Amino acid sequence: MAFRNYILVCGGTACESSRADQIYQNLVKECEAQGVADEVQVIKTGCFGFCEQGPIVKILPEDSFYVKVSPNDAHELIAEHIIKGREVTRLLYNKEESRKHAKVEDIQFYQKQFRIVLRNCGFIDPENIDEYIAREGYEALEKALFEMTGDDIIQELKTAGLRGRGGAGFPTWMKWNFTKQAENDVKYVVCNADEGDPGAYMDRSTLEGDPHSVLEAMTICGKAIGAHRGFIYIRAEYPLAIHRLEIAMAQAREYGLLGTNILGSGFDFDIEIRLGAGAFVCGEETALLQSIEGRRGMPQPRPPFPAVKGLWGRPTVINNVETWANIPIIITKGGNWFSKIGTADSKGTKVFALTGKIRNSGLVEVPMGTTLREIVFDIGGGIANGRKFKAVQTGGPSGGVITEKDLDTPIDFGSLVRIGSMMGSGGMIVMDEDDCIVDVAKFYLNFTVDESCGKCAPCRIGGRSLCNILEKITAGNGVPEDLETLQTIGHAMKTGSLCALGQTAPNPVLSSMKYFPEEYRAHIEDKACPSGTCKKLVRYSILADKCIGCTACARKCPVGAITGEKKQIHIIDQSTCIKCGVCLETCKFGAVVVH
Amino acid sequence: MVHVKINGIPVEVEPGTSVLNAAKQAGVRIPTLCYHDDLTPFGSCGLCIVKQEGSAKIIRACAAPVNEGLSVITHDAELYEVRKTILELILSTHPSSCLTCIRNTECELQDLAAEFGIREQPFEVRLSDRPKDTSSASIVLDPEKCIKCGRCVQVCQDLQGTFALEFIGRGDGTYMAPAAMLKLDDSPCVKCGQCAAHCPVGAIYEKDEIGSFRKAVNDPDKKVVVQIAPSIRVGLSESFGLPAGTVTTKKIYFALKKLGAYAVHDTNFSADLTIIEEGHELVGRLTKGGVMPLLTSCCPSWIDYVQKYYPDLLDHVSSCKSPMQMHGAITKTFYAEKAGLDPSKIYSVAIMPCTAKKFESKRDDNMSASGYQDVDLVLTTRELARMIKDSAIDFLKLEEMEADSPIGEYSGAGTIFGATGGVMEAAVRTAYHVVTGKEMERVEVEAVRGLDEIKKGTVDFDGTPIRVAVVHGLSHAKEVLDEIREAKANGTKAPYEFIEIMACRGGCIAGGGQPYGANDILRKERSAGLYADDKKSVYRCSHQNPSIIKLYEDFLEKPMSEKAHHLLHTTYQELPLYKA
Repeated sequence: MAFRNYILVCGGTACESSRADQIYQNLVKECEAQGVADEVQVIKTGCFGFCEQGPIVKILPEDSFYVKVSPNDAHELIAEHIIKGREVTRLLYNKEESRKHAKVEDIQFYQKQFRIVLRNCGFIDPENIDEYIAREGYEALEKALFEMTGDDIIQELKTAGLRGRGGAGFPTWMKWNFTKQAENDVKYVVCNADEGDPGAYMDRSTLEGDPHSVLEAMTICGKAIGAHRGFIYIRAEYPLAIHRLEIAMAQAREYGLLGTNILGSGFDFDIEIRLGAGAFVCGEETALLQSIEGRRGMPQPRPPFPAVKGLWGRPTVINNVETWANIPIIITKGGNWFSKIGTADSKGTKVFALTGKIRNSGLVEVPMGTTLREIVFDIGGGIANGRKFKAVQTGGPSGGVITEKDLDTPIDFGSLVRIGSMMGSGGMIVMDEDDCIVDVAKFYLNFTVDESCGKCAPCRIGGRSLCNILEKITAGNGVPEDLETLQTIGHAMKTGSLCALGQTAPNPVLSSMKYFPEEYRAHIEDKACPSGTCKKLVRYSILADKCIGCTACARKCPVGAITGEKKQIHIIDQSTCIKCGVCLETCKFGAVVVH
Repeated sequence: MVHVKINGIPVEVEPGTSVLNAAKQAGVRIPTLCYHDDLTPFGSCGLCIVKQEGSAKIIRACAAPVNEGLSVITHDAELYEVRKTILELILSTHPSSCLTCIRNTECELQDLAAEFGIREQPFEVRLSDRPKDTSSASIVLDPEKCIKCGRCVQVCQDLQGTFALEFIGRGDGTYMAPAAMLKLDDSPCVKCGQCAAHCPVGAIYEKDEIGSFRKAVNDPDKKVVVQIAPSIRVGLSESFGLPAGTVTTKKIYFALKKLGAYAVHDTNFSADLTIIEEGHELVGRLTKGGVMPLLTSCCPSWIDYVQKYYPDLLDHVSSCKSPMQMHGAITKTFYAEKAGLDPSKIYSVAIMPCTAKKFESKRDDNMSASGYQDVDLVLTTRELARMIKDSAIDFLKLEEMEADSPIGEYSGAGTIFGATGGVMEAAVRTAYHVVTGKEMERVEVEAVRGLDEIKKGTVDFDGTPIRVAVVHGLSHAKEVLDEIREAKANGTKAPYEFIEIMACRGGCIAGGGQPYGANDILRKERSAGLYADDKKSVYRCSHQNPSIIKLYEDFLEKPMSEKAHHLLHTTYQELPLYKA
């Protein structure tokens, strides 16, 4: 080690938005002020994944894991940890344990994780190509260029058993092989970085933390299929990822790893960035290609598939960021190594963005075959605030809910579909007993309806119709026939929609109807929302035998809906009540109840 | 050949055939709504879904190409239910005002609703409240009726290269309109009406002006004088159940008389007149070193297009007005004089296969060369058909009559104006005569016939090779126009002397105002009708038409005379793509 200490500051978007950049600046300043600038290197890395606890600062070689750091802590970190060699206990994740046990490996969040895709995130400075190279970066490209034929590369992917991480799980080697076999003088390689699922950010974090892995993989693909031009389609809302990609591309070109005559091999390949305007549907591959061409991003009927007729009508390989990030390590370590990780159906790992009512939210990468229970309870630390687990939604707005009974299913592409959901891009949203399942279904559907491109009738009209029915049900105007109508339209959308957006949009509704029929019935028949979420169905009232007339609720009520004299029983005027719930929170005697 | 099975029925089809067409060959009809033979399969309606045996995937029959051994199921209980639900969903956003709709009995959605036996509306009805766009002189856009199938946008962008219509908004709020919230009249729209001709419902349609006709024939102060365009004679028949390509010229004359016309003339006459003028213009440019190549000017959508997209090439465009406008000018001068009518009392009506003609008649002051608006009213073939039906005329049993002279007589060259390549062929027949002083031994010019997008050929004028090109479908015009531009930029000569451009695929026989349902099969049949009529005609060349000869002797003096210039020629100007 050239330096005595390395301070790694998380530079992912989430930590950056919690002033990680200021922390970094302050640490650099403090190192100088305290005279250790020559001994300590401060590095801004990619995402550590443990976003719940950000901003995160890790100091090597002690491996001290500091969480929820603020810019003001910089002075103390340098003065205490660096100068005096004493860990700043109050900032450590495991405060109760001694300094010796505060290492990353001891943190439960990381214990069951296995990092392939995120292998460099939180370790290297993504803006420095040397750090990538130091961790075996571009070795795969060298091997692909000088030791392997296109067929060898594809065979390696076949051996590895890698399936596309964008959602459908199509075998990557087949996609590449179709494109390689398609006869055309011009072929393209496209990276789908149009991540759009609510709550999902694994692609963003990968690009922010390890941009070179994607560039390297795309170049390898170019060699395998005979393409010389690649495009990264990334949403404009990811400025940090774009910035780091641009730096990475410039550095790769400077090092002769991108552009003409790569590493003197005679092979040319270059990559351009195309910004998307943030339409969710542009994550659908044919819509994405339309958008790159400058057309309105609308899905096209498949077949013909992009492998045969893609960008500008040419054979095109299109993979998502996470898929690309797997490829260099498969080439270096071999398909056999990779195929030993995971299940028979799905090899390797999967990154999930774990969010919702969970203690440890963040990015987690686990081997395929890990159970949902391990992810939710071991890695995620279970439900926050002592509430009860209700369900977990995988696959983002396109997936379905999974309940307690299926929590022990080892997850892979196939098993998730069998239990009525899907892998999708890896969003994982945990719900507790306070969540209303009808409201959750409505939320997801609203998202897909907003994001529908409007091209095909089943999705355009069906989605809106489903939404309106759910709106009706949550407002207490549902009728029993609505359930059948939801099924009928949902089925038509699944079968008749042109692209996966419309085909999967009804999933949250259909799966929640399947697992929580009683909740739908409560909304329709009893006009009641069991969790108290649906405002229009909620009714607050005061129990006469418990109210002592303290007037606290009446004083807090923002609309003056509660009347009653001191020491008299209070009453809520239902026509004035806005169902904000302040009275319930205020009452110390359990007199306010919600129906 | 590829072997596939449709519901177990084996068929052998060409590679690249769609499942939809393979099914057709197997005698299986798969319902469609957004699909149109003219367009790249778009896959928006979702009605043509079929199941692929051995796969859980549902495919769209319109777009999926067959592959060897493919076996599909096109109809089963599930597919029926899904199709019906999709149709009901579409109907839930479409008004049920069929009785008062312009497409009543001619609506593809109505047909499907009948076919599926839809008897009730199970879903909540939600209609668009976007106002109609009535800004255009030619077509009306009614967003309330739009089912967002996308045909109009595809036609406008892919077939016509015009980009006036686009999908705007997204999701449930999607609608078809010009960009930037502009009205049609302020957009790049060239008024060709192909959007209207391809719309499966009543969301885009010709501006209906039957009322103006009725008002005029009932006005004792007005003499309604009607001309019919070449392709009306072959188009109208379809509206009365006759086989495509049936020519009913003389019934149409009589129908118009029954509808109250004072006189009925034929635009074919003025097509002959156009050929004389344009032929001399061509020969003049050829011999006097004028701007070459010469581009035809009969088609008002093409004129609108060149004024907007290629204003730098306007000096290539023939100064000849379209036959319709020539006819209007002659009607209110020469004809008025001969018939002893006060031109101010003449109400000049043109029956056209075209929506752009409605706009053309009011385009600028040049369209009032007679001192009055030369053509007062333009009705499309579809409007004429409706008017005949409304008037309880039994078209099929109608007698035949001749057009009124002296501007009713025409040659076969005038007739073929209606088909792509027809103007070129007619011009060649006469220009050959002008240049060589001889008549062609064989007047048919096969090289310019048919539906190839760009037809090129060389005609030998007794040792002088004349290189010609014929383009139909505006998106293909770009190719030859760019060749001219490039040649100009390089200071070289473009590889043509004379180019015919028609906006609509197939020419006027498939114009935006013709009966619905045009596809290449109908285009061929309609063209064949015109070519057969040409073959039967007494005179095959415009310069042989005795009435034309007489018109010059009695009135115009000679081709390109000062009088001819005043009445029959016009000027062009650059137009902005988007009016601010």
